[in-house]
Amino acid sequence: MSDSDFLLKGAVMSDGISVDIEVREHRIARIGNSLASDLPAMDVDGAMVLPGLVDLHTHLREPGKESSETVLTGSQAAIKGGYTALSAMANTFPVADTAGVVEQVARLGKEAGLCDVFPIGAVTVGLKGESLAELSAMAQSAARVRIFSDDGHCISDPLLMRRALEYVKAFGGVIAQHAQDPLLTVGSQMNEGIISSRLGLKGWPSVAEESIIARDILMAHYVQSRLHICHLTTKGGVELVRWAKGQGIAVTAEVTPHHLMLTDDLAESYDPVYKVNPPLRTQDDVHALREGLADGTIDIVATDHAPHPAEDKDCEWSAAAFGMIGLETALSVVAKAMVETGLMDWPTLALRMSSTPALIGGYEDHGVIEVGKVANFIVIDPAASWKVDRNKLLSRSSNTPFHDFTLPARVTHTFFHGVQVLSNGQLTGLKYE
Amino acid sequence: MHSPHLLSINDLTKNEALELLDTARELSRITDGAIKKLPTLRGRTVVNLFFEDSTRTRLSFEAAAKRLSAEVINFSAKGSSVSKGESLKDTAQTLEAMGAELMIIRHPTSGSAQRLAESGWVNSHIVNAGDGMHEHPTQALLDAYTIRSHFPEHDRDFTGLRIGIVGDILHSRVARSNVLLLSALGAKVVLIAPPTLIPIGARSWPVDISYSLDAEIENLDAIMMLRVQSERMSDAFFPTEREYARDFGLGTQRLKALKSSAIIMHPGPMNRGLEISAASADSPKSVILEQVSNGVLIRMAVLYLLMGGTPIPTEGVLV
Repeated sequence: MSDSDFLLKGAVMSDGISVDIEVREHRIARIGNSLASDLPAMDVDGAMVLPGLVDLHTHLREPGKESSETVLTGSQAAIKGGYTALSAMANTFPVADTAGVVEQVARLGKEAGLCDVFPIGAVTVGLKGESLAELSAMAQSAARVRIFSDDGHCISDPLLMRRALEYVKAFGGVIAQHAQDPLLTVGSQMNEGIISSRLGLKGWPSVAEESIIARDILMAHYVQSRLHICHLTTKGGVELVRWAKGQGIAVTAEVTPHHLMLTDDLAESYDPVYKVNPPLRTQDDVHALREGLADGTIDIVATDHAPHPAEDKDCEWSAAAFGMIGLETALSVVAKAMVETGLMDWPTLALRMSSTPALIGGYEDHGVIEVGKVANFIVIDPAASWKVDRNKLLSRSSNTPFHDFTLPARVTHTFFHGVQVLSNGQLTGLKYE
Repeated sequence: MHSPHLLSINDLTKNEALELLDTARELSRITDGAIKKLPTLRGRTVVNLFFEDSTRTRLSFEAAAKRLSAEVINFSAKGSSVSKGESLKDTAQTLEAMGAELMIIRHPTSGSAQRLAESGWVNSHIVNAGDGMHEHPTQALLDAYTIRSHFPEHDRDFTGLRIGIVGDILHSRVARSNVLLLSALGAKVVLIAPPTLIPIGARSWPVDISYSLDAEIENLDAIMMLRVQSERMSDAFFPTEREYARDFGLGTQRLKALKSSAIIMHPGPMNRGLEISAASADSPKSVILEQVSNGVLIRMAVLYLLMGGTPIPTEGVLV
């Protein structure tokens, strides 16, 4: 018997079925009604249990920008937000483009011991878009990288993109594309449209995203490989992915919580907390993204958690960094945008935020609550209401656009390998070793 | 004025804009004929915070402040600490610590004036002297003042006037402020440019849009020629300067096509031979130098109304 063995009593699955869950040796030993057990019991009194959330798009900043975030502080923010798995983007310093760097990030994640940290490998050396990084070496490393992305930069060279899509087939990898035609977006500051025209901020046109999505869908089909579209933001992009899925093309797509909730008119304040790449779009786009997420055209929610130090946001718009943090608010924002509006039910939310991202990433220990599986799950209070305070977040940075928002649903407990790393919304200090 | 700042034409109601134009006219009456100073802002300090080269605008604001007897501190980014990485926030806070009550800011990026006013970094009044591609409200006010002085029958209402703005609308803060102000005063603005230089969102503006200067020119009461920046060439917004001048320049033939009552405007500095020919710039229809003089009056009125100086005396005095 392990110290962390216990019986969770009185939980309700997302589909409304009441269950007890017995955890032994970090795995789910039994699931059933009114289980009798010799283990210490924890009664959650009708609270909802979900598989731990899985993020396929997280900027943890370590190595290199530890003033913004570290693997540890990012992991703390993650479990506070209900995540038991993160995917660390490659744009660190040095770039995660070698087996050495991805193994370092994976090791930092293990040392933190709060959630799984799966490194994403860069597709090209130094994210420069010129030559392929050693993708196979990263795949075969101890970090077992399967998702590769130059996120922050688009792989705009079509030949390089073709080679990358083909090459990763050898080890079941997937290319996660940041779809942004660089020539159409030189110096871009916000969505191009009515608002940007009035504000005099250089526009980031939706077509710069959609033209790359269209190209890469066709390419993925042609070379019979897997393509994942990062942070989809436009109505046209949703329609392209919908068409591709209708054709049976192996494309998946993600949307961020902020693109499900916020629109480009927020830039009228010139407050760079609303500056993000890809930019906030229009109400029309938000509607299309919500519909796409509800009907499964968009497979998953990913945070694009992008921490920045205060000085990179406490400045004029054009001088500010792009990005928003999101790990601690994601579940609540999605609940507000999708569940409160009646567009999605809780089981579907669990699919989009846990099961499907786990499948795409090949994260076998995540995404399901089943006997024999690793005990990665969370307990939430869907009826709770809380006010976001950027000064009380666990992330090392505070650049959330949701400061002062009142949001539904709160994560109360997070279990990672059965270890209760978050209890009543507080870090317990425990970790999985 | 209800706002402590002038960041955008949207900070002014129509009546406030007219009050500002009236104040400038009052100042013109008092100071006319001699370079006279008024004591209304004696002992007050304003800062010219210029992060972008603009000798003309800076001198105009400086002249305005001095004629109201204010102290003027000039800060310009070239050779200053900004090039060493000091932020807008630090620069503004430093100058406020030196006693500034009002900051006139010129900045290469859009929204900087509003950000300075609303970020809580400083308490000063902020006047936008041009922010990136966003706005240049005192330019629009001096343009409206100039138009008004030539169309006295439209003293309080520009309804019926058709005003063409020609050229690089996309990158022009002058155009944006003028669209807002002239439309608010009742004029019909027509934007005339190649489609590459019209912003995507302009179709939601209260303007007409035309790709042909020849089709519009004979109907205009005022024509405002915008400067063509040399860097637009390298970005391929139009093929050659020659083609631009042929289609959108105010040359001799088009000068003849203008109404006899029409006026020619330009915010300066001009590219003679590109957007405007020498004959047009120097013609009797040209009010370009009046715009410059009116600029000082408008800026005096802005400083006076924002800072709440002592009442304007009935006549100017040498101080």
